[in-house]
Amino acid sequence: MADKAKIRARAAKLSAEFEAAGALPVEMPVLLPADVLLDLYGEDIRGRAYVTSDALRGEQMLRPDFTVPVVQMHMAHGADPARYTYAGEVFRRQEEDQTRANEYMQVGYEVFDRENSAASDAEVFAVMQEALKGVELRAATGDIGILAAAVAGLETTVRRKRALARHIWRPRKFKALLDRYSGKAEMPASRAALLAADDPMTHDYPDIGLRSQAEVAERIQGLRADANADPISPLQVELIEALLNVRETLPNALEHIRVLAVDMPAITEAAFCLRDRMHALEARGVDVDTLEFEASYGRTSMEYYDGFVFGFYVPGRADLPPVATGGRYDALTQVLGQGREIPAVGGVIRPGILVQLEDAA
Amino acid sequence: MTIKLGVPSKGRLMEKTFDWFGARGVTLSRIGSDREYAGAVSGVDGVELVLLSAGEIPRELAAGRIHLGVTGTDLVREKLGQWEQQVQEKAELGFGHADLIIGVPACWVDVDTLEDLDAAAAAFRRAHGFRLRIATKYHRLVREFLQDNGVADYQLVDSQGATEGTIKNLTAEGVADITSTGDTLRANHLKILSDAVMLKSQATLFKSRKADMDDEERSAMGTLLVQLGLDG
Repeated sequence: MADKAKIRARAAKLSAEFEAAGALPVEMPVLLPADVLLDLYGEDIRGRAYVTSDALRGEQMLRPDFTVPVVQMHMAHGADPARYTYAGEVFRRQEEDQTRANEYMQVGYEVFDRENSAASDAEVFAVMQEALKGVELRAATGDIGILAAAVAGLETTVRRKRALARHIWRPRKFKALLDRYSGKAEMPASRAALLAADDPMTHDYPDIGLRSQAEVAERIQGLRADANADPISPLQVELIEALLNVRETLPNALEHIRVLAVDMPAITEAAFCLRDRMHALEARGVDVDTLEFEASYGRTSMEYYDGFVFGFYVPGRADLPPVATGGRYDALTQVLGQGREIPAVGGVIRPGILVQLEDAA
Repeated sequence: MTIKLGVPSKGRLMEKTFDWFGARGVTLSRIGSDREYAGAVSGVDGVELVLLSAGEIPRELAAGRIHLGVTGTDLVREKLGQWEQQVQEKAELGFGHADLIIGVPACWVDVDTLEDLDAAAAAFRRAHGFRLRIATKYHRLVREFLQDNGVADYQLVDSQGATEGTIKNLTAEGVADITSTGDTLRANHLKILSDAVMLKSQATLFKSRKADMDDEERSAMGTLLVQLGLDG
């Protein structure tokens, strides 16, 4: 672990570069109200963030990332377009691996802009890449929006599409649902018995708890409708799987996705976005011919990214966390904006890892 | 110096532990008044009995303040990160059996599996505006289990006792708790999800990997383990 003063100095240099790129420096609190983060990320965040409390404010979390407070600040009184930069510690609870840092610096760059999303995506990526130049890194990119569009375009019920969309970020569960809806996996015996029963709602159990019998009946009705719906066709499953397996340089991936779009017209618009982003990256001087694109990239990270996603990795060092990560999170601004929304994209660099690499060089 | 053996300080767990050691020629007993937490060991030399709350034994083992301890597997896994590197399982004692399970109201006739629970949680959140609540004291085990099994839209609420009552009191929709017979669950009109047995726990003798021992203590440990039929 490099010493903290050195990491701070490196962070200051990154902040200066982000300011020079047009970002306004902002300061964020270290303690965040737990309820907002819990509502957003669910219980998983408790496994990753330190929770503390007092008798007046209740549960507070030590800042696990900057995105949420920055979005809240912007939605409360920011005028758009806006660019922000911040630097400071984030805290991550580690329960499995003591060698992983539980406290480290992040320096971020966030863009809130209603115009031209492709240009904003490219801007954030290029600004990060520029700040990281001089260190040999491998960049990975992806696009959650293409997957979401493919799911939305499936020829099946709204209910199934909603369930699949909800689990895009949990690949194993997503696969299990796809198997169920395509008839590959049989339904559990208990569900078959439930569906075969004439009147499952007639029983002697007392009605306890907040989930009402009307809600139970409604779900059974949904399950019945689902049992009567046609399975998702093998071709559609194949297309989704082919899409998930796309992993090539960006121009080749784009070609591949366009070919898939012939049979999956729902992803046509998303493919155009990918093309526009590629051109915008090129215009920013990014070498797109060697840039990797992986359709499944970002699926296991935080649930809020819903478009472009990227990360910078140290080649041959799977033991090191990514030096930088980022992505688009339009939906998050909608959730936190209470009715208002604004397209947003951003990324963070970990100066601690950067110093470690620069010292070793 | 002596090696320290941590044993639950009261109730059936203590008595059964005393019986288990007694059957192997190591007599454990409490001394002084019923209320005094002091114990004695006979049948083997160099071993000191420490009476502790079963819930504190994992922590004491991990800190190396006791060399051996009897407690439930559930408590070790809940309280210790990377438990295998901190303690070693020496023997399952064959009592204190309990499963960590998920219970929901029996009147949820549509819910039998984790897949059902996940779907019900999604609908519940849409209808009520907050995540479906599961009351438990096993936060870490339950969170990891539900995450591995693709359950989302739930939240854990802390319950250190009378967990089965939380549903009727409208402070939770489901529970995650240990049960041996399921009687308490049934009495509270709950049922167990069929594919959600997170852990099968029983009283187990653990050896600390963190407690230092000098030659004398190492020899006492060796003798004790041989006496217990567990070879050093």
